[in-house]
Amino acid sequence: MNTLSSEAAQAQLEAHLRETIQWHFSPETGSPFWLNWAAKAGWDPRTEIHTVADLLKFPHFEDEWLRDLQPEVWVPKAFAGRPFNIFETGGTTGMPKQRIGWDDYKIDYSEFSEKISDEHFPRNHYWLMMGPTGPRRLRLAIEHLAQVRGSSCYFIDLDPRWVKRLITNKQFDQAKAYMEHVVDQAANILKHRKVSGLFTTPKLLEALAERLDIWDAGIRGVFCGGTTMLPQYTRFIVEEVLENRIGFYPTYGNTLMGLAASVPLTPEDQYSITYYAPQPRAILRVVDPEHTANTVGYDAWGRVELTTLTREFFMPRFLERDEAIRRRPRGQYAWDGVAEVRPFGAMQKTIVEGVY
Amino acid sequence: MDTIPHLPALRRGKPYESLDKTEVLDHSTGKVVAVVSQVNAGILKKDIQRIGEARAALKKFSVAQLIEISAKAGEFFLNGTLPLGDKGHTQTADEYVRTLSGTSGLPHVMVRRNMAKIHYALTHVGTVLNGLTRGLPLEVIDRGYGEQSGAAVSYYPTTQALGLVMPSNSPAVNSLWLPAIALKTPVIIKPGREEPWTPYRLIQAFIAAGAPPEAFGFYPTDHEGAGEVMRLCGRALIFGDANTVAQYRDNPKFSVHGPGFSKILLGEDCVDQWPEYVDLMAASIAENGGRSCVNASAVVVPRHGREIADALAKKLGPIQPLRSEDENARLSGFANPKMADYIDAAIEDGLKTPGAEDVTAKYRHGARKVVFEGGTFLQPTIVLCDSFKHPLANREFLCPYASVVEVPQADMLKEIGASLVVTAITKDPGFTSELLDSPLIERLNLGPISTMKISWDQPHEGNMFEFLYKRRSIERA
Repeated sequence: MNTLSSEAAQAQLEAHLRETIQWHFSPETGSPFWLNWAAKAGWDPRTEIHTVADLLKFPHFEDEWLRDLQPEVWVPKAFAGRPFNIFETGGTTGMPKQRIGWDDYKIDYSEFSEKISDEHFPRNHYWLMMGPTGPRRLRLAIEHLAQVRGSSCYFIDLDPRWVKRLITNKQFDQAKAYMEHVVDQAANILKHRKVSGLFTTPKLLEALAERLDIWDAGIRGVFCGGTTMLPQYTRFIVEEVLENRIGFYPTYGNTLMGLAASVPLTPEDQYSITYYAPQPRAILRVVDPEHTANTVGYDAWGRVELTTLTREFFMPRFLERDEAIRRRPRGQYAWDGVAEVRPFGAMQKTIVEGVY
Repeated sequence: MDTIPHLPALRRGKPYESLDKTEVLDHSTGKVVAVVSQVNAGILKKDIQRIGEARAALKKFSVAQLIEISAKAGEFFLNGTLPLGDKGHTQTADEYVRTLSGTSGLPHVMVRRNMAKIHYALTHVGTVLNGLTRGLPLEVIDRGYGEQSGAAVSYYPTTQALGLVMPSNSPAVNSLWLPAIALKTPVIIKPGREEPWTPYRLIQAFIAAGAPPEAFGFYPTDHEGAGEVMRLCGRALIFGDANTVAQYRDNPKFSVHGPGFSKILLGEDCVDQWPEYVDLMAASIAENGGRSCVNASAVVVPRHGREIADALAKKLGPIQPLRSEDENARLSGFANPKMADYIDAAIEDGLKTPGAEDVTAKYRHGARKVVFEGGTFLQPTIVLCDSFKHPLANREFLCPYASVVEVPQADMLKEIGASLVVTAITKDPGFTSELLDSPLIERLNLGPISTMKISWDQPHEGNMFEFLYKRRSIERA
């Protein structure tokens, strides 16, 4: 993959931003939601948004809009008449946030395929996904990723909403039994089928490794995401679960953003994972929770703010329910990264993040 | 060398420095005195899977050799300079006393007393095992079979490791696990958050004495990790309050060590001589800062309740915090001041129920909870209760606290409930016989004996040999 200078990356991002704004706020191509929004707001983003800094003219995107409104309001005119996927976020109960889409997940995951090695994820082989499938974008995305690499994928579902409910109700035995049920199924697949690539969550990976030797089961690469992975836990996964011989690719992502890949860990990182947004299609900022226009300094904690910029979906300045450390540009990524992502307010209160 | 010692986890004796560390603070100055590596539950699971290696290392020794090693470890523990962490620090016995006192709030004199208990336990493991096994020839444990009193016997281990989720409030409780090493059982220790010192020093003492390092697991960890210690070790000791231990009490995998609810009973025949026993009662209540499960937490008498409560209050009420190095210090500070807040509030709340009076109040200097030189302390409290049903009558707190309750002798054993130690001051053969028959009393002292007196060869709370070994029938051709 080509490495851009930070100036070039910024120029590319701003060109992409202007094009995306034009797209979503032009009557010929834009969505009902944003066209109505602009009419009410009384200003035209097409003439006022030129740089990333100009995005501050938008208020924070409100997640209620994704819960309360019917999905068709988000359809850009240019996509009218084309059936769409409806994806849902996370593991909360009640009406979930929904995002519609067509090809974005394929674009994100085709790009991600270039960041994983053939050694760890051999082409023309088999994958296993053990984790939240259901209405999540992730399920189709993983299948696409496998198929881009000439592979096919087995799926074992885990319903995070059910797990959260069990934990909230303190039904820990049932949560454990459910997790065992999920791991049983995965172990069964690995016992009877040839699989080399695995997508799962850290806790499920740990539980699977207690059940069988995952190297001997044929796994050579693990692509992980979904929950907090603090440095010591990451180290445990790398050194003791994967025994330093299975490739490990932690990612941060969700239905609204896509996929932020991590840079390979070096000894200096002390297992602190830094993720980089798939710019220019998404921008991650780490902002001061009290003054969200401002980013925090490098290596300081702040709240994660996401802006999504694709032709399918425009979402400015959405405050994620996560906090992270802001990191400097690195390697192939000429823009800021987010590290040690954890639920927002994790230091202040106990948050049900799930055992999954 | 870093100025602050780092205590690593010990994984089958090997130091492991985690990326997650907690700080241990001096209870009065708040100064960081050590950082401690914290491991996640997964590491415990990985290590316990290979615990057989630790047991194999101990099995290379005979019980007799391990008893000798334990005795040497006792000397190292009491007097030696031992490694403290993995950054080149060492710790003399005096440094141990100062550090533990600083972080736990125990005065030096009490730390030394706890050290002496541990030293005694380590240097008398042979005697202890003789008591626990009722004279079993120790070669039986080495060989797995043999003879005792002319009968064939065979014992097998019930577990590959003994799990320990340790408390932070009393270092001497570590003496409970010491015989496990001579019984060839590796230990998996989750130290108390504020008291890593004693188990770490004991482990270093054992290793210095020649015990195989693999036999020792030292895993500072979180709640989930503690749960795995309990779940995965075939046998485990659990310490905690009544609610914590209640969930483990009926499971033979666990030996539970909760509140003792120890008591002093005065019989009809002796109660009129109560002034003779005030010193004994006061010592039973207040020794070791009132922190032990063998401290008396209730004095039960058929009459003279008010006078006895007043005499105890007069004796204990004026006790104030002193500097930790003061040889006369009798109160222990709280490493976690919130615990003191909780206890103080619980007593005050109980006093709102009619029928109880804090008789110490008039003899005490100031409030029950005081801050002295930066440390938080609870001053002694004697509560006169009008019945055993009062919510403060059968309570145990981590400070010198006791109720005094009048109960007719005939009703005493119906009222007192389960009691770890009962000192019964009576010569009445009928009452003595009832006491001997009572299933509610773990250790019975007949006559004026402090509740604090324990006998190492007579277990007062579970028999470690019977916990770690089980008898089978055997026949050899």
